[in-house]
Parts: sequence; C-alpha cells; structure tokens
Amino acid sequence: MSTVRVLAGTRKGAFILTSDGKREHWEVSGPHFAGWEIYHLKGSPADPNRLYASQSSGWFGQIIQRSDDGGKTWHQPGTPAGQAPAPGPPQSESNKFAYDTSSEAGKPLTTHQFYDGTQHPWEFKRVWHLEPSLTDPDTVYAGVEDAALFRSADGGKNWQELPGLRGHGTGPMWQPGAGGMCLHTIILDPSNPERIFIAISAAGAFRTDDGGKSWKPINKGLYSKYIPNPTAEVGHCVHHIAMNPSRPGVLFMQKHWDVMRSDDAGDSWQKISGNLPTDFGFAIDVHAHEPETVYVVPIKSDSEHFVPDGKLRVFRSRTGGNEWEPLTKGLPQKDCYVNVLRDAMAVDSLDKCGIYFGTSGGQVYASADAGDSWNPIVRDLPPVLSVEVQTLG
Amino acid sequence: MIRLILPQHLRTLAGSGPEVRIDIEGAATQRSVLDALETRYPMLRGTIRDQITQQRRPFLRFFACEEDLSHESPDAPLPDAVASGKEPLLIIGAIAGG
Repeated sequence: MSTVRVLAGTRKGAFILTSDGKREHWEVSGPHFAGWEIYHLKGSPADPNRLYASQSSGWFGQIIQRSDDGGKTWHQPGTPAGQAPAPGPPQSESNKFAYDTSSEAGKPLTTHQFYDGTQHPWEFKRVWHLEPSLTDPDTVYAGVEDAALFRSADGGKNWQELPGLRGHGTGPMWQPGAGGMCLHTIILDPSNPERIFIAISAAGAFRTDDGGKSWKPINKGLYSKYIPNPTAEVGHCVHHIAMNPSRPGVLFMQKHWDVMRSDDAGDSWQKISGNLPTDFGFAIDVHAHEPETVYVVPIKSDSEHFVPDGKLRVFRSRTGGNEWEPLTKGLPQKDCYVNVLRDAMAVDSLDKCGIYFGTSGGQVYASADAGDSWNPIVRDLPPVLSVEVQTLG
Repeated sequence: MIRLILPQHLRTLAGSGPEVRIDIEGAATQRSVLDALETRYPMLRGTIRDQITQQRRPFLRFFACEEDLSHESPDAPLPDAVASGKEPLLIIGAIAGG
C-alpha cells in the first residue's frame, strides 16, 4: 500500500502529515522548528527520505535544515546529526548565501528597482523555495530573496550562486512585489537536465538551456497593466508556474492577474482565464496524470487577498484552461476569507490523483478524487506558507 | 571564561542551556566572543551576525552590566566584569509581535 506524506510549512513551524493510499486518516507530526517561519520544505525525488527545509526568522536570519529519515530527525548540514559540534573551526557553511561577485565566474552586485523606483542594492534575506534535483539527493536548488538562484551539490553544506541569472542584464529592472523580491518557483525539466525554469516577483519568468550558465526572460504574451510598459520584457509579477512532468514544454502560470499557458516552453504565453470569477491568485497546479487538467484558487483582488464571496472554491479546468468548474464539496461556502499562497498547493501521483492545499487560516485540505470532494486534514495550524506532497512506495 | 545568555530560539538551535560558557584567546570583545561562540556552536553562524557583512542582526541587542553595548565597536573591550566572568553578556531579541 502506498503512503502519502504532506509537508506543510507554516508561519510558526513545519508539520508532516502522513496517510496510507486511501488518504482518509492522517497522522500529524510537528511542529518542527517551532516558532520559526518555514517558507518551504521538499523531499528529494531520488531519495524520498531526504528532505530539505528553509527555516527563517526576522530575528535570526536563514537556516537550512536537512532530514535523512523522512522528517523524524533534522540537522543543519555540516553539523553532524544528533551530535554536539566538535571544538575547532566552524564546520558549517550551510546557512551562507553569498552572491557570487568573483572575477572568474561571478557578476557584479548591481542594483535593482526598489518599491519607489529608485535603485537598491541586492541584499540576501531568505530562502523561499528549495528544489531538490530529480536524480541526485545531494543536489538541491534554492530560490532566494533578493532574487537569485543558488545550488548545493553536497547536501546543503555549501551553496553557490548561479550568477548568470541575476547578472544576465535585466536585473536593474527587477522590483520587489509586496512579499519582497523573491525567486519563488524552480522547475527542473525531467526530459532535459540542462533546462530550468524559474520565476521572480516582480520580474517574470526565465529559462536556462545550459544548466544555469545563461538565462533569458520568457515573458512574451504577458500583459501587466500595472507596470509602465504592460508588455515589457521583464517586470511582470508572476506568482507561480506549474508543469506536468510528462509534458515539460507546456507550462501553466498564475500571474498577479491572469492565468496563462505556454505550449513552447515559455517562449510565448496565452491567457486562459476564461470564465474564472477573478483571475487574481497565487497557487496553480496540474493533475499528475491528465496534463490538460489544471487547478487554481481564485482570490478576490490584489488589494483583498481572500477568496471571493466568502466561498473557498478550487477551480478546475479539464481543457487546459478557459473553461473552469468550481469545486466546492467539503469546502466552506460561507463566511470564509482565507488566502492560498503560491507554494501552498500540490498533487500526489496516486490514481486517483490527490490534490492538497493549505490556507492562511491554518487548514490543509485534501482531495483523494482529483478535486471532486475535499476534507480538511488539519484545521488549526498556523498560517500555511507551503504544501508539498510525496507519494511513497 | 565568558558567560553568554542566549535567547530561547538560539538555545534550541545550539542544544544548549540558557547560559553558555566559553573561553577566548586574547582580549574580550564582541567580535572575539562571537567568534568563539560560533566556533563552538557552528549552527549559530549567521543567526547573531550576518554571514556576509558581519553586522549585528537589527532585531538583536547586546547588554551587560545594565548597559546597552549594541552600538559599541565590535572590537571595543567588553566590561571587566564580563571579561572576568562575573557578569554575563546578554544577547536579547527585540520584542516584536507575531
């Protein structure tokens, strides 16, 4: 029997929710890292017991945590698990995210636009997203604020920036969204190890085809009426991108406003908002087995970050966009004013496909039937920042 | 021997009690004390001072002997009572909501 492990990052710690393949009864473990913001945690596809977590705090900065036993125990890479550190020179560089300004491969630490349009120096603040390699448990990517992409090839002990992204030329035009200037989406192409997609608020989407050395913006077709040039090459507030691994050239995007799709690996985008009640939102994901089945959670507006009409509704399109149906069974349909953040939706790979999302109200909802019906796994966690799912065995 | 009082979250990270005692070589300054602390507890690197700039994190303050030492030079000598271990150096997190 398969097992499903849901990894939930919250404002006050991480929680691990486990069930068998029926997905009816859940065991809840946590809080791990109690009191800390856990922006994201994710498991390695190559070794499901290898988990990485981003632990941060306004007081104490950024910590990277790693588990080698499926979340039972955690340690900072570089510091032996369960052991007191030995005397001597510091062993761990695992929390050090230094922008690469070296003369050999790095890029000068230039400036980006600040909220008021002036230029502002790049400053590391936190890790928003951790994306383990598809093939090597020790290789993991980190998307950080201020926006840049880092990689560790030693299980999180040391991190090196891939400076070609930050330094590719459009950086001075990037600007922070309300949550900061964050690199929040990292998608590894399973058919091409040299290809990576990333997205930044508010700069847009970018792609590398040479393993991260060089990058180009892929924002053609995006229209953002809130920026001076609505069709600019960069400056778009892309909230999230999703891909079905069986069709890596097809991408689905939830932009600040607008739901979009690309059928050419991001070279061009088309609007697929169709009959959605509002096309503002954060989360978007794709069914594990039906690559034209897409899920979003519409949010009322950019100034009212909650679901419209007091109803928590996931919208599903089975036609790759434009035609959307509300999914409401088991979800509150009155007096509900929660938000669902960009990294807080995920799918499992069972048949039928499970869909999961977490809310700003602390609920994690699960559907074991591709969205037809929903049940809360937990109702009263701290505000949920991220949800990932592992399908085991 | 220097006595240090850590805030709760850093005790948890370090696996220590509320008070940590460390030995340093040379003069007792904020820098030498934090260097020694991070050598003994590498998991605390970056939590008190920024890893890159070595600046004190803005929501943390240093107190000793009822004095605020937060804005002293990192290389200024700590009070004799701290250097001798009579009084602890307190690392305090700002009171901020959430």
